[in-house]
Order: sequence, then C-alpha cells, then structure tokens
Amino acid sequence: MDQLIQHLVNTLILGGTYALLGIGLTLIFGIMNVVNFTHGALYTVGAYLTYLAVAALGLDLFLALPVAILGGLLLGALIEIVLLRPLRGQDIDTTMLVMIGAGIVLQSGTLWIFGGVAKAVPSPFPEAPLQIGPASVSWLRLFVLGAALLLIGLTYALINRTKLGLAMRATFQDADTAALMGVNVRVIYTATFAMGSALAAAAGALLGPVYVVHPQMGGPAELKAFAIVILGGLGNVTGAAIGGFILALAEELGAGYISSGYRDAMGFLIIIAVLLYRPTGLFAKAERVG
Amino acid sequence: MSRLLHALPPLALLAALAALPLALGSNPYLLNALIVTGILTIGAMSLNLLLGYTGQLSLGHIAFFGIGAYVSALTSLGFDVELGFGLRAVHEPWPAAVGFVLAVVAAGACGYLIGRLSFRVRGAYFVLVTISFAEVVRLVALNWVELTQGPLALTNIPAITLGLPGLGTWTLRTKLQNYYLVLAVGTLCWFVVARLVGARFGRAMRGLKENESLALSVGINATRTLTVAAVVSAAMAGAAGSLYAHYLRIIDPEVFAFTTTVGMVIMVVAGGKGTLMGPVVGGLIFGLLPVALRPVMAPEAQWIVYGLVLIVILFVMPRGIVPGLAGLVRRRPARAVPVLEASPEAPR
Amino acid sequence: MSPILSIDHVGVRFGGLVAIADLHFDVQAGEIVSLIGPNGAGKTTAFNVMTGFLKPSQGEVRFRGTSLKGLQPHDITRLGLARTFQRTSVFPDDTVFDNVMIGLHRQGASGGAPGMARASLLDTLLGRAGASEQALRARAAALLDWTGLGGRAREKAGSLAYGEQRLVGVALALATDPAMLLLDEPVSGMNASETRVFVRLLRQIRERGITILLVEHDMPMVMEVSDRIVVLNYGRLIAEGPPEAIRSDPAVIEAYLGQGSAARRAAAEVREAACA
Repeated sequence: MDQLIQHLVNTLILGGTYALLGIGLTLIFGIMNVVNFTHGALYTVGAYLTYLAVAALGLDLFLALPVAILGGLLLGALIEIVLLRPLRGQDIDTTMLVMIGAGIVLQSGTLWIFGGVAKAVPSPFPEAPLQIGPASVSWLRLFVLGAALLLIGLTYALINRTKLGLAMRATFQDADTAALMGVNVRVIYTATFAMGSALAAAAGALLGPVYVVHPQMGGPAELKAFAIVILGGLGNVTGAAIGGFILALAEELGAGYISSGYRDAMGFLIIIAVLLYRPTGLFAKAERVG
Repeated sequence: MSRLLHALPPLALLAALAALPLALGSNPYLLNALIVTGILTIGAMSLNLLLGYTGQLSLGHIAFFGIGAYVSALTSLGFDVELGFGLRAVHEPWPAAVGFVLAVVAAGACGYLIGRLSFRVRGAYFVLVTISFAEVVRLVALNWVELTQGPLALTNIPAITLGLPGLGTWTLRTKLQNYYLVLAVGTLCWFVVARLVGARFGRAMRGLKENESLALSVGINATRTLTVAAVVSAAMAGAAGSLYAHYLRIIDPEVFAFTTTVGMVIMVVAGGKGTLMGPVVGGLIFGLLPVALRPVMAPEAQWIVYGLVLIVILFVMPRGIVPGLAGLVRRRPARAVPVLEASPEAPR
Repeated sequence: MSPILSIDHVGVRFGGLVAIADLHFDVQAGEIVSLIGPNGAGKTTAFNVMTGFLKPSQGEVRFRGTSLKGLQPHDITRLGLARTFQRTSVFPDDTVFDNVMIGLHRQGASGGAPGMARASLLDTLLGRAGASEQALRARAAALLDWTGLGGRAREKAGSLAYGEQRLVGVALALATDPAMLLLDEPVSGMNASETRVFVRLLRQIRERGITILLVEHDMPMVMEVSDRIVVLNYGRLIAEGPPEAIRSDPAVIEAYLGQGSAARRAAAEVREAACA
C-alpha cells in the first residue's frame, strides 16, 4: 500500500513533464502534420542549456529554466524556417525524413560538443525529502511538478485565450480556410513549431536536474512523446496532458510491479495497443464525416 | 538486346565487387568495412522493398535484422531457459547454416505480423508502430538475460559451415570467405527483388502506391500484396542479421539500435528508393564513408555529416542519386522499372 | 431473364446524413443504363456500394445472382464487375502501357485467356513467368489500340489531357475482362468530338457483350446512348424508363429545375451534419 502511494506520487511528478513533452508534439503533429523527429533532440538541448546556465553562467535553476525555454523557442523557429517552410506541400514522408536528419545532426552535435559523459545539474533545494504520510518526495521534484503545471496552464491560456491561439486552432481545423479568413499560416506554423520545441526544451530542463543530462536522453523521451500523442489523439492538447499522466502511471506500475527493465517498454506497448484497437486515440471525438 | 543492356550495370558492379579483394590484397580493415557494408546494404535492399515500392516506411526495420541475428546465434549456440510454471526450454546447438535458415523464417514471420498491421495503420502511424515493435524487441533482448545474456552479449557464435555432399565442408572463418558469402547472399537478394518488382507483383505494388482505390478496382488485393512485400523484406533483413551474427561472432542488444535503421533509410533514400540499384549504390557510399571519414573526424561528427547529407539530398535530389544521375545521362527521366523499354518487341 | 445487377433496397447513411435512402433497381444483361440526378443525389455513393468501397447501411447488391455483401473491391472485380473513377482514373507515374499492364493484374491470375497460365510468386522468382508476360503485353497493346490510345502508350498517364485520362481509366476497367462496367462521368473533360468517339467506343463495348451502367451529366450523350435511365434525387429513385419517357417526366424536370436551391439545401444539411 505504502509502495503504491509512493508510485502514485512519482506518477504525478513524472506525468507533469511527460504532459509537457506530449503537448508540444501534439501541437506540431496536429497543426502542421509533421512527424517531428527533432522533438527528442530539443528535449536534450533544453537539458544541456540548463546545465550550461547553471554550471557555466552560475544562474540558479529558476533562471535557467527560462533560458532553456527561450533556447528551444529560437531553435524551433530556426528549424521551421530553414527546413520545413521550403518543404510545405511535400508529403509527410519527406518532412519526416528531413526531421530525422535534423534530429541526428542535433543529437550528434550535442554529443560532439559535450562528450558522452553524463552531467549532473546541481539542485538548489535541500537534500532531505519532504515526507507526506508514507510517501517521500524531494523538493526538487515538487518544483518540477509545479513548474510543469504552470507551463501547461500557460500553454492552455495561450491556445484558448489569445488571438495567436485562435489562429492556431483555426489552422488545425483547416489551413486553407484559415488562410482565406486572413490567418497568416506561415507565421502560425513557425509559432507552432517554436512553441512545441520550447515545451520539449522545458521538459528536458525540468527532468535534467532530476536525473542526469546526457546526449542520448532524447531518444526514449521522443518515443514517449509519440506514445502520449497517440494515446491522447492527434492534435488533442487535453488528451496529451492526460496521456502524459497515463504513461507515467503505466511506467511506474510497470517498473514497480513487473520489472524495472521494462519501464521504457510501456510507452511502446501503449502505442501498439492503442493503434490496433482505437487508432483515433482514447480521447478523440468521433471521426468527422466526409 | 535492350534487356541485356539493362542487365549490364548490375553485372559490371557484381564483377567489380567480386574482383575487389584481389585489388585490395589482404587489407583486413578494408575487407571488414566491405563485409559490414555488404550486410547493411542487404538490409537497405530489404527496406527498399517496403519503402521504395509499397511506400510504407518501416522505421523498425532493424527489428527483423536483430531477430535474425539472435535467432541464428541462439540456434547455433543452444540455450537452456526457465519459462516459468516449471517449464524449461532446452536447445542443443545446431549448425550455423540451420540458424541462417531459421533466422530467415523467424524474421519473415514477424514481417507477416507487421504486414497485416500495415493494412490497419498507414503513414505516420505505421512508422510509429514499427519503431515501437523494434524497441520492445530490443528491451526483451536486453532484459531476458537468461536467454540473451542481456548487455553481456552472446559470444563465441560459431562461423557458418557450408557443406556439399561428397565435396567436404568449409567453415567460413576468414574475412575473405565471409566477404564472398555476403556477396553471394546479396546477389541472391538483388535477384529476388528484381524478379518481384519487374513483374506482375511489382505492378501490383506500384499500383497500390500510386492510386490505391484504382488498384483495388482492377482486382489487386492490397492486404495480400503488402503482406507478401513485408514478409520478403523482413526475411531478407533476417538473413542480413544472421550473416552479421556469424561474421562478428558476438552480438548484444545494440544490434537493435535505432540509428542502424536510420543508416539504412539514408542508404535507400540517398541511393534512390524504388530503384534496384539505389540501395546498393547508397549502401556502398554510406557504408564506406566512415572509412574515408575516420581519419579526419570523430564518429559523432560523421553522424552530423550523415544527417546533413540526408537533408541536402531530400532538398536537391529528392528521388535519390541513381535516378538523379540516370536523368542526367538520358534525356528522358529515368523510370523505376523500365517495363516497356525492356522489350521493344512488345506489339504496339 | 434474371438481371445481371440488382440493387435491392440499398440505403447508406453517414452518421445522421442520408446519402442513399432506399435505392431499388435492376440492370439487364446487355443493356446500357444511365444513372442520373442532380449533384449530391448519391450517384457516386451508389457506385461505391456496388463495388465494395462502401458498406451499405441496409439492403444488398447482387451481381449475376451472387450477393456482394462483405466482399472486398478486388473480390468484386474478380466476379466481373469493373468500374472507373470520377477524378483519379490513372496511375499517374506510369506510362499508359504500364497502366494497362497493372490493369491486367487479374488476367495473370485466373487463366482468363487461353495460354495465359497463372504466374505464381514462385514462377516469378524462377523466371518462369516470361510466357504469360509476353501474352499480357500483346493483350495490353491490343486493348490500347482498340480504345484508341495506341499512340499514347509510351507517355506518362499523369501528363495526358484530362479527357484522355478518362479513356485510360476505361481501358483499365476493360483490362479486368468485365461482364459489366460502371462508368463514373466518363466524358467529363472531353470535347464534343472526343465525346462522339467515346460514344462509338461505348457501343463497341456493348457489342462485346459487356453491360454498362453510366453516371453522367452530359444529357445529350445520356439520351443518345442509353437504353434506359434511372433518376436519383436526394438518395431516392424518382423516375425510371427509356430516354423519351424520362425527358418528359415532371418529377425529373422539377428535380433539375430546382437544382440551384436544392444544392443550397444539400449544402446546408451537410454543414449541419458536420457540426453535429
């Protein structure tokens, strides 16, 4: 029982970050119809930016986080403008392959610059964990959850309360019609990709200090993000948020009660199962007619 | 005559590859690079059957390769595993050549499952399902330590022994022997793909790729066609994996690395997907590029180059090197399978 | 005489939208029948049901006495019912000749013509398919000549003029050796002289014993070529008979005169259904 409570607490902490990852990817996938194989690399970049900000610039974690987010935003915008904008109208396979190429460049670039040795980001929080009943949770992890929830809330507000968000939603529904109604679709695509990338970088910046920072951390994270997107349904932000927590729960329980070696398998099993039995995702509305 | 003309470039390439070790002398480093390149090129040829001819991108293709490697290795090494419920599976070692056959069969069977699947999920979803499949298999190889030794790797995998009744047997231990084995298997695979795509079955695949509804309406069975393509493709990848295991004689779960699939994708896309020569040309270029780049840059820098090359090729030569060059040589754009040109005697 | 094709009280609904309410008619062997009606009347939907691309919500289609219920499109083609498509009628990246070769897919399989043994996968791998390949080529060439596309054999199908692409579509359907042909707006995109040539081809096809069901907007052509006309409106059959009778049928005139407002109403309904 105590063990279960601990797993649930861990699920909450992990799920918040997973939700960030998933929301970023579902926006890009849903609005732009691009299978973004740079998402994991941007997660890695976010983690390294945090490491740099803390270790090299001497900033504390609270200031390092905005640095990482800004870095992700700019890098995402750059990728979109240089690589995706010229390919608009190409089939999904072409953009997917280009994104794979860009992902390799980013990941190998990180490895080249920082080397293969994992780095630890020092935490400004006290070592002693907070005891909540039978479960214990470190202050750092609580901060991670709080920051993740704050960022999810901000993303929601941006999508639902701003003009940019309205244009994004219109583009998601139908890019051609949105363009006819005066939405600058090019700008929306750049903004979407930059925002999705910033969320990936934020997730990396938050989980980097919890674990360690290394160049290969993005690979599994990327596939987890895909699992979350598929679980939540394409372009469904709420679905991705819930999907993040479901994946975290499945991993926690899988690792706790089956075998820790299969923790990472949970996401893949979810992808396979969902696509075979409910390809529109768990939270998708009925398919549109016609 | 024209048929002969079309057979000429591959035959010339085959002759050149067969003669290459004579020219290289006994440079073990280069020979090793050629063998591994050859094995990966077989993988690329198998991937091309799906990606190039049916249009389905299998980013988990390495699963078939790795399954082939493990099945072959375990068949020839033997194993003794507890299955739970008091059940035990004990297997005495069999000859490596049997392992090769079983690797082809096992990988083909997995290809059957993926092929059936491809009819339910297409496009990006198919890509994600195949990646997930490969990662699950990798995690099993990593965690089922009793069977696979996990990260400690399966070692002392025997070399393949070939025997002809009355003529004795050869155990292929030297690099030179393995080189010719890979070349022989590669040639066989090339032949299988060429036969498949050049005839009725190839037209069915092209029809489905170009206009699926129309293809169905002329009586093409989509499920059957895609499944057969996936089975043949997976079986070939399994053969490549088996060669890999018996050549290196040690395998660990890293054979399932996603980057190897990406490498094969680069070979196919750069060489020219949907062409017979594309994966071979792409395979040779990208397989041997590390040999050229090794003195000048670190492996991670090489991967940066690969990523950039993939991007650049998609931008400037989206159909790949072989069709691109063929288009420059001929006035008319090159075609994937020149059915009509191949026999001018066809009544018009 | 039993009909070659029976549409037996077929209905198709997408969610709340009724595409076909209750369609019931027969086609006799050897006939040329036209299925007409204003835009959105459900003609293409009816074709999709007959050829297995859509499952009807109710009723069934029988072809030569066989129920088509649960059959896949390629199964139905094998039974001898072929179709063309309204928009994409060719394999765009292949030559016209190769298009027809793809269309001859079934011919390699069921031994339709004498001396054309089935080329199995094994035969293909062993190179034993050569003889049937030669026969297929001869057949493709003959079919192209017959449909008047002989001069276009080496051109890429996707680069042909729209009207010629429609003709390639018909050649593809004929390549399946059908007993009955469903043609979806075959002369759209053709000029007057091309249409005249096509009408002649249509009659030749019928003389070969192939039954034809036609969806077409070109009324003079429909009136000229049809033995019988079936009129659909709002997914319902509103008239059926020989061309002279249809020409003067008040319900048909009403349907076509009211097309402007009907189209608006239909559009409004579709919008409602999409929002629901």
